[in-house]
Amino acid sequence: MSIDAATVRKVARLARLAEPEERLEPLAKEVSAILTWIEQLNEVDTDGVEPMTSAVKVALPMREDVVTDGGDPKRVLSNAPKVVGNFYVVPKVVE
Amino acid sequence: MSDLTSLTLKAALDGLASKSFSSAELTKAHVEAVAAARALNAYVAETPEKALEMACASDERRAHGEAGPLDGAPLGIKDLFCTEGVASTAASKILGGFKPTYESTVTANLWRDGAVMLGKLNMDEFAMGSSNETSAYGPVVNPWRKEGSNADLTPGGSSGGSAAAVAAQLCLGATATDTGGSIRQPAAFTGTVGIKPTYGRCSRWGVVAFASSLDQAGPMARTVEDTAILLKSMAGHDPKDSTSLPVEVPDFPSFVGKSVKGLRIGVPKEYRVEGMPAEIEALWQTGVEWLREAGCEIVEVSLPHTKYALPAYYIIAPAEASSNLARYDGMRYGLRVNGSNLTDTYEQTRAEGFGAEVKRRILIGTYVLSAGYYDAYYLKALKVRRRIAEDFDQAFEKVDALLTPTAPSAAFALGDKSDDPVAMYLNDIFTVTTNLAGLPGMSLPAGLDASGLPLGLQLIGRPLDEGTLFSLGGAIEKAADFRGRPQKWW
Repeated sequence: MSIDAATVRKVARLARLAEPEERLEPLAKEVSAILTWIEQLNEVDTDGVEPMTSAVKVALPMREDVVTDGGDPKRVLSNAPKVVGNFYVVPKVVE
Repeated sequence: MSDLTSLTLKAALDGLASKSFSSAELTKAHVEAVAAARALNAYVAETPEKALEMACASDERRAHGEAGPLDGAPLGIKDLFCTEGVASTAASKILGGFKPTYESTVTANLWRDGAVMLGKLNMDEFAMGSSNETSAYGPVVNPWRKEGSNADLTPGGSSGGSAAAVAAQLCLGATATDTGGSIRQPAAFTGTVGIKPTYGRCSRWGVVAFASSLDQAGPMARTVEDTAILLKSMAGHDPKDSTSLPVEVPDFPSFVGKSVKGLRIGVPKEYRVEGMPAEIEALWQTGVEWLREAGCEIVEVSLPHTKYALPAYYIIAPAEASSNLARYDGMRYGLRVNGSNLTDTYEQTRAEGFGAEVKRRILIGTYVLSAGYYDAYYLKALKVRRRIAEDFDQAFEKVDALLTPTAPSAAFALGDKSDDPVAMYLNDIFTVTTNLAGLPGMSLPAGLDASGLPLGLQLIGRPLDEGTLFSLGGAIEKAADFRGRPQKWW
């Protein structure tokens, strides 16, 4: 399967990656080469095969629904690019 | 005291126990070796003060008779593990300067048992790569060189810093992680031992996520016994990782040296690939003979879906990565590049913060999960993944473990494969199957090729049967008597 520059532009937008126009064509070529190689999977008969969603055959455990951590805004915010008081500062979302 | 860096972890622990030297002396020797080896680019952050502080605390504990199983042993930590107060960046610009306020469970277990941290080790960005060339800090250089050559070789990846540091005696052992071969391929390229345990053996809590259904932490060291000692400390159930298995941790070191007589060893015929050097094929045969002489029964087995493992992996891993890496949005931690509005800020931050290979995988992952392609790619890959796991289930009805080569080549030159993603991906052709099936796999050095570079063999075991791998690894190690060490040029 080969994909074109317009598809790369769309996928890059979905992934929130700014890609300059001149990169779209080369990226389309690179990604197409990988997707073409991946397509050999179509040779495998997977009719009636259950998708494997976990590497080990165990059911996920349940835990008590209780607070185990928290109440420490200084630690939570210590790596933030911009902070005022106990708040993250982010670009304006609503005009 | 420079010879203290040439000790195995076991010998160092014995020396500490018999008071032949202190942890402060042992640690100082390693700190000096690390500082003298910057040409290898193995460490991205050195923490000499913290190391000496931890070493002195260890000596205190030992003086009071309170030494733990790893007390006083200096180790290197892959930069993928979050370490409290010490920059942890996954070798990515997007996490530049990130200082966790918490400790990963695996490293916390090591410190609980008394280990000393020398610093953080270089790696491929977000563990995506097989040559260490995707690191934002530049590639690690393999301490090994071809005979009569000065060309820089890759140490493999993604745990290239861990592998190079262990091989060059810049630590007694290191933590590493393996999503498609990132412990075992670098181990093979550097003449070191590495084991990826069963999925769920080690907690993933505090380990920067790449592909959560495949990621697993494990140790690298210079002997099979040393990796067994390290894994015993690293492993264990952790309520903070719901996929960590609630099972007892066996006494792994006790398996090393056990007889392997009567064990049935499978040799999968599909692991002979076109273009593989004859030396690797020959070494594999030698390995088979070693195990036969040790009393194992050799059985040819078939894993018919082997060739589909890599293409399935390159759907599943990027899909999970695109989801995991969505968190890097420049709002709460890491890099922020201000754009004209919120979306532009996200897009500029991620474009600037991620390297080319990481972006490529995010694009592929986003594409295969997008509307209209999910069934054709992602769901198909999950079904093929089950076929691959079933191949192993059937093989393990007949055999106790499998023996294969670790990688289809010896270490290659930096720059050799960086223009061809698929050629680079093929490095993991023998290792990626165990990640998909969740099985334990070990690589250990078995010989040198004609140009003097190390080659590795891989052992694959049943789920939670690392013990058998340590016994078999011990038997191969004894037969191979591999004593190769890189000639110091750095």
